[in-house]
Amino acid sequence: MSRWIEKNLKWVFPAPAVIFIVVMMAFPILYTAWISLTEWSMSATEPPKFVGLQNYINLLGKDHRFWMSVWRTFYFTGLALAGETLLGLVLAVMLNRDFPGKNLLKTLFLLPMVATPVAIGMVWLLMFEPTIGYLNHVLKVLHLPQSLWLASEGSALPSLVLVDVWQWTPMMALIILAGLVSMPSDPFEAAEVDGASAWQTFWHVTLPMLRPTIGMAVILRSIDALKTFDIIYSMTQGGPNYSTETLNLYGYNLGFGYFYMGSASSLLMVFFAIVMGVVIFMNWARKGALS
Amino acid sequence: MNPRRKVHPAMNVLYIAGLVLFFVAFMFPFAWMIISSFKTQAEILTMPPKWIFTPTFKNYVEVFEGQEFLMYMLNSFLIAVGATLAALVLGLPAAYAIARRRMPSLGFTILVARIVPGITFLIPWFMLFSRLKMVDTLPALILTHMLVTMPFVVWVMIPFFEGIPGDLIDAARVDGCTEQYAFMRVVLPISGPGIITGSIMAFVFSWNNFMFSMILTGVHTKTLPVAIFNFLSYSEVNWGGLMAAAVIITLPVLVLALVTQKYIVRGLTAGAVKG
Repeated sequence: MSRWIEKNLKWVFPAPAVIFIVVMMAFPILYTAWISLTEWSMSATEPPKFVGLQNYINLLGKDHRFWMSVWRTFYFTGLALAGETLLGLVLAVMLNRDFPGKNLLKTLFLLPMVATPVAIGMVWLLMFEPTIGYLNHVLKVLHLPQSLWLASEGSALPSLVLVDVWQWTPMMALIILAGLVSMPSDPFEAAEVDGASAWQTFWHVTLPMLRPTIGMAVILRSIDALKTFDIIYSMTQGGPNYSTETLNLYGYNLGFGYFYMGSASSLLMVFFAIVMGVVIFMNWARKGALS
Repeated sequence: MNPRRKVHPAMNVLYIAGLVLFFVAFMFPFAWMIISSFKTQAEILTMPPKWIFTPTFKNYVEVFEGQEFLMYMLNSFLIAVGATLAALVLGLPAAYAIARRRMPSLGFTILVARIVPGITFLIPWFMLFSRLKMVDTLPALILTHMLVTMPFVVWVMIPFFEGIPGDLIDAARVDGCTEQYAFMRVVLPISGPGIITGSIMAFVFSWNNFMFSMILTGVHTKTLPVAIFNFLSYSEVNWGGLMAAAVIITLPVLVLALVTQKYIVRGLTAGAVKG
């Protein structure tokens, strides 16, 4: 028996995990794909009715709310990633230097990304509050125009981006810092011998060497940013007037708000395809940039 | 950058100011959460804010008596521990096989679980668990959370197992024990740091999970993130209570992160640096 296990270890060891993945992931994806071809409301007693590609035609052809949610998903992800990469790079460079208390500081910067997003959402809700929130108070003290933050359609999504940037900039910084620390010192010595300024060294030596690290970090972060749910749902539920409804939120509302399981499933399949597409495209772009 | 380069004193001031700015910006929400949790509703509604006030514990008392908060804490804890242990049982052998028998496509399949939007599974899960009468039970919650925790354990452990010298395993096998025995007795005992990293991250992800729990929990299995969200639905927001609840929910993970920071850094940056 144990000899048999050893001989087939390649299959025996991963088997429980594979069975789990099939039951909990592969089967649900196929089931969702099937439901997406039917018209079905879970609140009704009738079984799902096969309608072919009708849900997809409705979604892609007629549903303005869907296209708006696609746009918001990319807007949110793009803005958040730009902010996180830029600030993360600055923070990483600042932390790549010895000073007293550096380790404590690095540890504290971990906190935003491990803190429970829903709870943090509640704290930001209080800070964003237009009349009693601290952020407007700070703007007032600085004699800057105040904002309605989450309460207005125009500023709600950028406000949520701000929360995402707060949560995830430290992760970018730590990944980039790990890349900085592991760099060989020769190119820097060469640059110094050549009389390059600090800025030139950073631009022409450090940054190109960091590119693979940043690329990988951006891919990892976009996977999660495209799927952001917790902070958005807990703070705005997609409002006001759908102005923060991303794909994930719209899918959730269709499925568990209105119980339109057929339309919700077709949206989820498209959402899945978009996330996959982005990952494949970015990975391809990263490999292209490296070679 | 080269640390030995001579820096202009003005740059130094700028550098320190920048660092302080970063620090204040990133720590402020935590400070605000803690301060507000000790204020009365009237004090919270006062702007400009009072920095000196008599702290009240009323909010905390309310949180623990008003809702069944202790039960929610226990639910969150049991689900997170269950989902973490189960992820180790399934994930460790799988990661070992992927690492030592070179099965990257299997590794990729498991990692797809990290890429697929979790919401894609919710409709089938809800159907399945309704039919099995498992909605609002701990096993259902643990099973769904495992889809988050298990891929993460595999993700962290593959490079770790790859780094263990093959000679070590071969030596054990020369002594006559099977590979699975060597895995149990030789590989796992020296894999402590990797297992700790994977477990901490798995625990945190499960503890923080909101979406799966919101659909699949009910009165019996409600978890903390769902409970605090329900707190909001009152007509007038009780800010003090909300902040006290936020402190209670985040404190365990924050303390865990502070105590085990070097493992967390490894976990969060896993896969990115080696690329």
